[in-house]
Amino acid sequence: MKLLNALGMSGGYGGVDIVMGCSIEVDRGEISAIVGPNGAGKSTAMKAILGLVKLRQGEVLLDGENITSLSPELRVSRGIAFVPQTENVFPSLTVEENLEMGAYLRRTGVDESKEQVYALFPILKDKRRQDAGELSGGQRQQLAVARALMTEPTLLMLDEPTAGVAPIVVNELFDQILHIKETGIGIIMVEQNARQALEIADFGYVMVNGENRYTDTGKSLLADAEVRRTFIGG
Amino acid sequence: MFFGVDVLNAMLWLFNFLILPAITYGSTLALGALGVTLVFGVLRFANFAHGDMMAFGAMVSLIGVELLNGIGIFTYPVPLGLLLLPVAMVSTGLLAIMIDRTVFRYYRRIRSPPVVVVMASIGVMFVLNGLTRLIKGPELSLFNARQTFSVGEVNTAALAEQLGEQAVRIRTDFATNTELIEVSEPEVVFFYVSEFRKATGLSEGFGLDLLQVVTVVLALVIFLGLFLFLSRTRMGKAMRAYSDNEDLARLSGIDPQRVVAITWLIAGSLAAVAGTIYGLDKGYKPFTYFSMLLPIFAATIVGGIGNPQGAIVGGYLVAFTEVIVTANYKKVANYILPDGLDIAGNLQLLGTEYKFSVSFLILVVVLLFRPTGIFKGRVL
Amino acid sequence: MYSRYWVVFSLLSLLILTTGFVQSWSFALGLVAMGLISGVMALGLNIQWGYAGQFNAGVMGFAAIGATACVLVSMPWVTDTMVQGLEQLSVDPAVNAESIHKLEQDIVRRTNAEHMLWKAWLIGGFGAILAWFANRLLRNRVSVYVRTFLVFLILIGSLALFSAKLDTAVKVIEATGIGDDSKYLGGLGLPIIIAWVFGGILAAGTAWLIARIALGLRSDYLAIATLGISEIVIAILKNEGWLTRGVLNVTGLPSPVPSVSVLQSEPYNLNVVHSLLANKLAFIFVVATFLAFFMWIAHRALYSPWGRMMRAIRDNEEAANAMGKDITRRHRQVFILGSFMIGCGGAMLATHVLQFEPAGYHPLRYTFLIWVMVIAGGSGNNWGAVVGGLLIWFLWVQAEPAAAWFFAVVGANFASESGMFAALLSERAPQMRTLVMGTLLLLVLRFAPRGLLPAVTPRK
Repeated sequence: MKLLNALGMSGGYGGVDIVMGCSIEVDRGEISAIVGPNGAGKSTAMKAILGLVKLRQGEVLLDGENITSLSPELRVSRGIAFVPQTENVFPSLTVEENLEMGAYLRRTGVDESKEQVYALFPILKDKRRQDAGELSGGQRQQLAVARALMTEPTLLMLDEPTAGVAPIVVNELFDQILHIKETGIGIIMVEQNARQALEIADFGYVMVNGENRYTDTGKSLLADAEVRRTFIGG
Repeated sequence: MFFGVDVLNAMLWLFNFLILPAITYGSTLALGALGVTLVFGVLRFANFAHGDMMAFGAMVSLIGVELLNGIGIFTYPVPLGLLLLPVAMVSTGLLAIMIDRTVFRYYRRIRSPPVVVVMASIGVMFVLNGLTRLIKGPELSLFNARQTFSVGEVNTAALAEQLGEQAVRIRTDFATNTELIEVSEPEVVFFYVSEFRKATGLSEGFGLDLLQVVTVVLALVIFLGLFLFLSRTRMGKAMRAYSDNEDLARLSGIDPQRVVAITWLIAGSLAAVAGTIYGLDKGYKPFTYFSMLLPIFAATIVGGIGNPQGAIVGGYLVAFTEVIVTANYKKVANYILPDGLDIAGNLQLLGTEYKFSVSFLILVVVLLFRPTGIFKGRVL
Repeated sequence: MYSRYWVVFSLLSLLILTTGFVQSWSFALGLVAMGLISGVMALGLNIQWGYAGQFNAGVMGFAAIGATACVLVSMPWVTDTMVQGLEQLSVDPAVNAESIHKLEQDIVRRTNAEHMLWKAWLIGGFGAILAWFANRLLRNRVSVYVRTFLVFLILIGSLALFSAKLDTAVKVIEATGIGDDSKYLGGLGLPIIIAWVFGGILAAGTAWLIARIALGLRSDYLAIATLGISEIVIAILKNEGWLTRGVLNVTGLPSPVPSVSVLQSEPYNLNVVHSLLANKLAFIFVVATFLAFFMWIAHRALYSPWGRMMRAIRDNEEAANAMGKDITRRHRQVFILGSFMIGCGGAMLATHVLQFEPAGYHPLRYTFLIWVMVIAGGSGNNWGAVVGGLLIWFLWVQAEPAAAWFFAVVGANFASESGMFAALLSERAPQMRTLVMGTLLLLVLRFAPRGLLPAVTPRK
């Protein structure tokens, strides 16, 4: 039993299924990357795991425990952290306050977590008294990930963490994601940047039309000529 | 007369008739606008019932004052209405929470468009308006109205000592041929205009009373307290976070119900303070509070909707503009201008009757040129 | 769907009939008249809200403007009345010598003042035009600061001249007159029906001005802006006594139907009760004719090409915009049309009570009560607005006696303990109205948000 088993998920908005029998798994200290064309239901699959999308079929198991019927808030308290693609920080709060909000439910060890996060994202420490709304795109994404880490998650879900981030910063961000993985946290991420995502991912899921098309280790998917040609481009 | 005295007179006039009234009025507006802006930030609708919440808070203090005065308890020199503020704040805050539970929560749950919620707030306005009028009537009532007692009901000597000889009078009611004791609580005045004038020989005086000082000090204390709450406490930060990004706040484990309840508690308390200090100064009249909605909304929008600092600045800005535009500068001009060049008519941009148009004009200018307000609030 | 209409209209008729039998027929007819007038105003508001989603919180202002038209159009010109008064007095010059002398003087002063008033407005208008031309002429010729400064100077200068002349003229006008026809200019003495139409036009003109400023704004802003404008309108009407007689009120507005005393004399010769009923019935007939005409316009508007476009905009603004429809223009038209009806309704209202009382305008009664009518009747449904007008007016009026009765029953239980409490309660009974209306609005919004007669096409 892995950290997270999302099995045969079908569901969507307003009676129309966007994900159809899609399964996603990840274990502690692993990265699963979900890639695929636009409109394939990547983000929806992730939101279904979080409980923001109602499932018609399928189940979500966290540490072997069925959490399919729990609200998003309860799932968060069980150790799932989610970084939305946009609007993922509190713009009028300072960087430090953003982190404190991440640790809202915890009473102890907040300062230690803060120091760990600052160690991972040094730039945030420099800017900790600034309003989050004044940060650059890359810094904002880092803060968004940092805020999620403050909840002390066992599973971290990132929705296109590199969207709108300068190419130089993308590498830095992927490095930091690898560091997070080494602390034993399971990571699921949806990425447009398929090649780089699969390079650092332990597992890759290629989604098309709401279904898993290819599922393999990141390396094998990158090696697969068909996948390369159709979804990665060269 | 040499030139210096005229300038001094002009400055005294400006202080007495411009700065002081604008500061006290601005404090009331700022307190009101703070409540509106907090509710907007967290709940995302313009609360038309805020004026009537102010009326409710003032009414609670007023009833307390009347009850206590009625059994011969006076707290001179401290205004009793001020001492009863905590009661008014708690009851108005709880009322606001109760209203939220019975009315607004439903629209949040079904995710109604804001305009429906505004309509519901108009319903609440109606109900509160009816409630205050039903309980206390629509007329003007003063916080220091004269109280009448029959002989022996109160300790006349003690009251005379507390309130001063002039405050306690014995009157014979000829209809029933009984003696009555009339007590009117005096106001605490630090400087009387007339005494100042006599002492200095200036033609303008300097006047200041306790209520003016208390209004400003209380407002400052509340602003400071609110900012410490919003910037230092866990709950305060959570409120700001929720107002910034509701979904992310939920994902961070912030409990929406609690944030909403605290917001209403604070907004209700602020309304009670604003309503009471206004009532202590000008008397309690339900309709006045409804009329204050417009300047309060103007202050909120000028400062940037959802932005507490903005609400405070906006409150004073609206008050100062209103007073500056409607003041009659005839006296100042006559002090400053050389003798023989006196102005006989009025030197006034706008009659006091039109003071509401000032808030309105400010509103229109802001909406047309800077819809986010001075401090970059949200756009409705 | 149509069965609902039958039920609602039968219920309304039942309520009116019961009132007629239990209270009095004159009272019941009064309710109907006021209900229909409220219906006219609600219809105007419903067009704005239901067709275009405009949150007009300034109904009171438009209604008051309409009522002002009654004064300006239908009241006699005060100086004329004074001249007539002089003629009457001159019949017996010896007895009235003193009064005649004073009146003659007043008429001269007043005529001069009137001339001065026109001059003041000429100067004001000339200043405004001059400023406009200067602004046009200097554009791109001098720096924007110089231009602003010059235009500002012209405006301030002409404003100073204008207000100096106006003040002097106004002082005389507000001090002279004869009897109730005094202290203001008076009107043109034209039939009241013209005043109703003119009231609508005045309100529509104001709406046009507002639309230019505030209509682009989102709903809450428009609500706050219109609320402000209505307060300003009332402030003007209250304080510009020379125009509206201010807080002194204008009484004796003419009615479009024969008065009770006329009906009691030749050629009608009705008795007291019948004359009262006939007068009210005739008035109801006139109002109903207007209402029917407005309903027809509103209906035609909705099912004409213009209306189809309106509905398209209402249902999906972005799509309509993408198709190249001029949404702002359509919205402005709707706002003006609705305000015309509200202004007309306001004029009818003043005519019904036969007086114009600027101090009597209260936003709860003249703005938000109309809103309750629209919401309760069914937003977007014109029949709903009419039903809402009748029903809510009925409840508004009957809430007071009902509360009085209720308090009397409750008070009786307390009477032994404290007679004062009972007395206090009965004194407060009128205040129950607002409480009832608020509760009703909240209940409708919560449990029947589409109202008694839901619109056929649901609002999104």
